[in-house]
Amino acid sequence: MQTLEAILAEHPFFNGLEPRYMQIITGCASNVRFDAGSYIFREGEEATQFYILRQGKVALETMAAQHGPITIETIESGEVLGWSWLFAPYRWHFSARVVQQTRAIALDGKCLRAKGEADHDLGYELVKRVSHIMLERLQATRLQLLDMYDVRAGGRSR
Amino acid sequence: MNQTTSTLSDPMVPKLYRVQRLRHEIPDTFTLELAPEEVGDIPPFATGQFNMLYVFGVGEIPISISGDPAMRNPLVHTTRAVGTVSKAMRELQVGDVIGVRGPFGTHWPIEQAVGKDVVIVAGGIGLAPLRSVMYRITAQREQYGKVVLLYGARTPSDILYRRELAHWRAHFDLDVHVTVDRATGTWRGSVGVVTRLISRSPFDPLNTVAFVCGPEIMMRFTAAELEKRGVAAEHIYVSMERNMKCAVGMCGHCQYGPHFVCKDGPVFQYSHVQQMLLKAEI
Repeated sequence: MQTLEAILAEHPFFNGLEPRYMQIITGCASNVRFDAGSYIFREGEEATQFYILRQGKVALETMAAQHGPITIETIESGEVLGWSWLFAPYRWHFSARVVQQTRAIALDGKCLRAKGEADHDLGYELVKRVSHIMLERLQATRLQLLDMYDVRAGGRSR
Repeated sequence: MNQTTSTLSDPMVPKLYRVQRLRHEIPDTFTLELAPEEVGDIPPFATGQFNMLYVFGVGEIPISISGDPAMRNPLVHTTRAVGTVSKAMRELQVGDVIGVRGPFGTHWPIEQAVGKDVVIVAGGIGLAPLRSVMYRITAQREQYGKVVLLYGARTPSDILYRRELAHWRAHFDLDVHVTVDRATGTWRGSVGVVTRLISRSPFDPLNTVAFVCGPEIMMRFTAAELEKRGVAAEHIYVSMERNMKCAVGMCGHCQYGPHFVCKDGPVFQYSHVQQMLLKAEI
């Protein structure tokens, strides 16, 4: 059976990180499981953790008046869920609803922030990696906003 | 990439076809099944080629063939009702007669994908010209490595060919992933742009041929994501859409830089059009 450290070291998010940092990060990690239909976190709650999804699917949602929850995007196996743990005021901006039973590694955000404050090289590495995910999601969101399948927005007609 | 199938002896003269069936796929999109007035008169076509369909008294438009090249009768086209001709086409009844010229243009080079992984990325109605590819590849599945179909639609109600997607999904040797830009109702699938599916998909980028069809902006970002994953631009093919009139490279309506989309396309190697996709005036 693979150790948590080995599993984390293989994940692209931690790719190339020095072994000593992997040990520190593993100290803040734990295995978690969520059933379909449950919420991993809810909008407005304190953001204390983030998650490396090993299996399953999670929908990021927000509540629209008179419409109910709207899914912004889904985060799936192999991807990282959550970045609000790194930025003040450390509150979730969206809710995370489990669409399919999900297994993940939870990383304690408070623990990692403390380690990053104590060692700025580690802190910089974490900020770089989270920023990269934010950049990719921002680009994807921009495409979503274009509504590109609409003919008026340049969508194909045939 | 050159046209491999024969065209009509006089490419400017339409042949008569009768509407055998008109199926409404999603609110603005329909599929026409056409049978020739003369028995056995459907010329062979290759995946990705198009025909010029003529609604008499209204006009003529190019539409990709969305049927299986191995089963030519009926001749199948799927299109959106967005202009005068396509809207008139949607109102056709079974038994009505229309004109057909073609097939024209280049094809998806599936022969280059033999022995390799195949990644098919479709957006919106872009699935129609790629359905033919899926028919051919699934019919000769053993000739290819991993086969991945990634399909993006606007909302769940805009998903084209639901029945076929479900059928392909049930195949253990096909990776089929569908995502929507906006989720509504009880949708339990993926939400996000189709480019997000690329990093999640299992294929060997160094041994992959990719076929991409959708809005130009979607094809551009998809190609960029495929390249980021390691697929060479020379192994990525896109299908361009322009206003075609003669369909044989004479009139110049579909000129696209040094190319005529009707004759040199619609399927292009991505590296041949990559720079032009960034130019607003083309």
